[in-house]
Amino acid sequence: MIKEPNDMMFRVFIRMIAIIVVTFSIYLFFSGHNAPGGGFIGGLMSAIAILVIYLVFGIDRIKAALPFNYTYMMSIGLLLAVSTGIISWIAGYPYLKQFFDYFQLPFFGEVELTTALIFDLGVYLLVVGAAMTFILTIVEDDS
Amino acid sequence: MTFLHFAVLAPFLFAVLVPFLFKYIRKIHTGWFVLFVPLILFIYFLSFISVTSDGRDELQRMEWVPSLGINFDLYVDGLSLLFALLITGIGTLVILYSIFYLAGKKERLNHFYVYILLFMGAMLGVVLSDNIIVLYVFWEITSISSALLISYWYSKKASVYGAQKSMYITVFGGLSMLGGFSLLYVMAGTFSIREMVGNADVILGHDLFLAAMILVLLGAFTKSAQFPFHIWLPDAMEAPTPVSAYLHSATMVKAGIYLVARMTPVFAGGAEWFWIITSFGIFTMLWGAVSAVRQKDLKAILAFSTVSQLGMIMSLLGAGSAAFYYMDGDNALYTTAILAAIFHLINHATFKGSLFMVAGIVDHETGTRDIRKLGGLMTIMPVTATISFIGLAAMAGLPPFNGFLSKELFFTGITNVVQYDMWNGDTIGMILPVVAWIASIFTFAYSAIIFFRTFRGKFKPEALPVKKVHEAPAGLLISPIVLAVAVLLISIFPNMLAYTIIEPAMMSILPGILSEGSAFYVDIYHWHGINLELMMTAGAVALGIVVYITMDKWSKLGIYQRERDIMTAAYDNGYDLLIKGSQILTRAQMTGMLRDYLVYMLLFIVGIMFYTMFRFEGFHFGMDNASDIDIFMYFILGALVITVLLLPKVNNRMTAIILAGFAGFLVAFIFTVFRAPDLALTQLMVETVSVLLFMAVFYHLPNLTKDDITPLTKTINIVIAGLAGLMVTLVSISAFTFGQTTSLAAISEYYIENSKILAGGYNMVNVVLVDFRGLDTMLELLVLGIAALGVVSLIKLKVRESDDV
Amino acid sequence: MEILMSVVIGILFAVAVYLMFSRNIIRVLIGTLLLSHSVHLILFTMAGLQRGAPPLLFLEAEAYADPLPQALILTAIVINFGITAFVSVLVYRTYQEHKTVDLYDLRGEKDE
Repeated sequence: MIKEPNDMMFRVFIRMIAIIVVTFSIYLFFSGHNAPGGGFIGGLMSAIAILVIYLVFGIDRIKAALPFNYTYMMSIGLLLAVSTGIISWIAGYPYLKQFFDYFQLPFFGEVELTTALIFDLGVYLLVVGAAMTFILTIVEDDS
Repeated sequence: MTFLHFAVLAPFLFAVLVPFLFKYIRKIHTGWFVLFVPLILFIYFLSFISVTSDGRDELQRMEWVPSLGINFDLYVDGLSLLFALLITGIGTLVILYSIFYLAGKKERLNHFYVYILLFMGAMLGVVLSDNIIVLYVFWEITSISSALLISYWYSKKASVYGAQKSMYITVFGGLSMLGGFSLLYVMAGTFSIREMVGNADVILGHDLFLAAMILVLLGAFTKSAQFPFHIWLPDAMEAPTPVSAYLHSATMVKAGIYLVARMTPVFAGGAEWFWIITSFGIFTMLWGAVSAVRQKDLKAILAFSTVSQLGMIMSLLGAGSAAFYYMDGDNALYTTAILAAIFHLINHATFKGSLFMVAGIVDHETGTRDIRKLGGLMTIMPVTATISFIGLAAMAGLPPFNGFLSKELFFTGITNVVQYDMWNGDTIGMILPVVAWIASIFTFAYSAIIFFRTFRGKFKPEALPVKKVHEAPAGLLISPIVLAVAVLLISIFPNMLAYTIIEPAMMSILPGILSEGSAFYVDIYHWHGINLELMMTAGAVALGIVVYITMDKWSKLGIYQRERDIMTAAYDNGYDLLIKGSQILTRAQMTGMLRDYLVYMLLFIVGIMFYTMFRFEGFHFGMDNASDIDIFMYFILGALVITVLLLPKVNNRMTAIILAGFAGFLVAFIFTVFRAPDLALTQLMVETVSVLLFMAVFYHLPNLTKDDITPLTKTINIVIAGLAGLMVTLVSISAFTFGQTTSLAAISEYYIENSKILAGGYNMVNVVLVDFRGLDTMLELLVLGIAALGVVSLIKLKVRESDDV
Repeated sequence: MEILMSVVIGILFAVAVYLMFSRNIIRVLIGTLLLSHSVHLILFTMAGLQRGAPPLLFLEAEAYADPLPQALILTAIVINFGITAFVSVLVYRTYQEHKTVDLYDLRGEKDE
């Protein structure tokens, strides 16, 4: 779709931006339970970051650098989301009941850990996978 | 789950085994295994005679959908036991007969016996269910299995036609019946027939009484082939003969009779019930008898004869319902008709069953059932001829056979109507015996035609497809012989059945009208002295002989050549009209244009919305609690409106994408202003990814062009779009105003209070998504995943237009 | 504000419908996009555009904006994204196969 642009500054700049965006998206994902963010937003933002890199560097090079199979990523995401529900089901609670508690971890101090985070991770993976699949399949289809 | 339940379900359970038996045990005819099912059930049901003949009954409960009052309750009383015995008894004989009838190596026995067992179980369910919904379910299964059996030789066009016809007509009736049952439920508040009988007074006085009655009767009349719905029965004769003998003469067509008998305590007592049933029955009797005389196919004669006899039984049930009006069960004047109905029901099953089997034998041995080709088989097939003589004599009503006994009772029952001093019984009622008598003349005539045209006359071997005609093998003869013997036994000892089977059945049709400690009068005698009934029989026989002798003359008339029923033409034309009409309608509606479909939908929605708003005052307008407008919002919203209004004008595809994206970002901005950070973020992300996606897609697409539409279409489009927009605005305003003025508490309070406590999260939106309404989110993930898979398969698999997906 | 918003939503909806009436499948696609915007905004407006705090509990505000419509709309946005993506790929493939984006030419047989 896009011929490789050979603008040096542009590339360096985009690379930095992409890293910042990915980092921010991971932050959004983790903070989602207590602040704006979460699986959907984090996932979409990560997808945008990866797409921006694709736009600049072309597909083939990034495919080599980021060897993800996005279809697998989607399935893993869905599996994670489903399985958190099943665990509470097996334990005798309603399907998809989430649990949370507070733990003291080294370096981090008191941290709240919830099973909802695992569910949200499933959401995140699926959204990244789906968004990437949508666009990459079209872009790769140059027949 | 009692043994009785098991008995009803046993045929279904055994049906599962049949395909395996057929596949793995090819040496033994599958029918031999199946034979045990009805045989054991018959013996089992015989044991109930001791229960019902004492006037007791048995109710076995099983819950099915208790919350809706639908329970699989089975109820055995005299009436249902009579039918259960017929179903299993005749069923045993028919299966035995089918073993020899379907002896060919290529017969698909697995199909045949599965269908037969399906039917048997369903029929038992119909007659034993106390719950009308359960009854309805079984009722429809009998329709389905009947259609499957008619189309057993599905490569024949006539089979498929007959199956479809019977299906359409009986299912139409079944659905009407369901409507009637629903009305009954509305009236009586129960699905149980027994409880309805208890509430009969409530039902009788209700406004819906007549509607429910007619709907239920539609079900009964279609099933029992009453005029004008009888047309499916002659076409059902394309089924293998065992099926005709079983379903289409002895059992299934009597389901309608059963229903009428069963519902008599609920509906009877009024003039409508009496006259509808009696007049339809008696007219069907005449119509069937006259049509039967014109037929040339043995089975067709028998089919119309069945129609006629069913009409006769039906009319008797109608005539006997007068007993409820007088509430007098001790007086034989009113109850004889019911007695005659039950007695003839049994007799008809015996002689008609044997006659169908004989017709099957003749077909099997000679290769044809056309009476113009048959003749002189008496010397070649003496046993078959004897059986048919017994059956035909009984059908014609000749003494001393059982048909004579029930025909005499029939005349008594129908002439009694004249003595009823209500419902015009003494005036219009005079017609009934006359019509009955005329029908009996033709009954005698077609019985004579069957016998003399098949077994007497000249043997014409050159006309027959089979060259060496001989007597049927013993196996084929067993079942008709058993039935013929039954005919003879009932003929000689009619009172054998009187207090064991018939009287208990009468008790269930006419409950609660006997005086304490007495029983119905059911003694049946051959000789009552020279009375009106005997004279009627003698007259019918004499005139019947005249009709037969003059056959050579009237068979040259045009009407004799027209075998097809007039009503069949009506059905065919109606069917064609329906197909053509729906094609025209479909073509007019399904234009293949997305725009047209959207126009239909929107016009409907807009119409119904505006109607509701004005009719039910659904429109609310209020400024209470409306938030203030910041000045900058005018700019934002103005920009949004301008962007959107520009979109239809744009012809450059990339400009369109950018404008659409801009609109999306403005929406995201609105979300931000109104305190929805999560939404704003999501909207921004989605818009970004969407724009990238559109870039990728539209890159390959051509530029937009101006639509090639007439100014009129364009105007219509604008008007409809404007109306839709107006509707949405009004709905939105009303919804907001309603939400502000109503006193209902918002469920959101729950989430606001509990997000922290129950889910440990501060972001309520996220908590709702992943915790409180996690299932929604999960299904949403599924949608996204499916969409992604769809995209992958669209692109990677490259399904072509010509490919069959 | 809500009344003005409702009017804007109505305009959005009308234009979306008008675009969907078009014979050009690309316009239909853009129409569905606008349609979803207007539906999201309806859901949003129905609950009232109160100026409470965002639905984040750590703000410890007196009143919060209603979180439930927001969660519903969030779900709707993402589903809509999936559908838009699917439809746009469908349009793309249709054009590849038939070399036209005119819905009039893409009709099925008369007697289907």
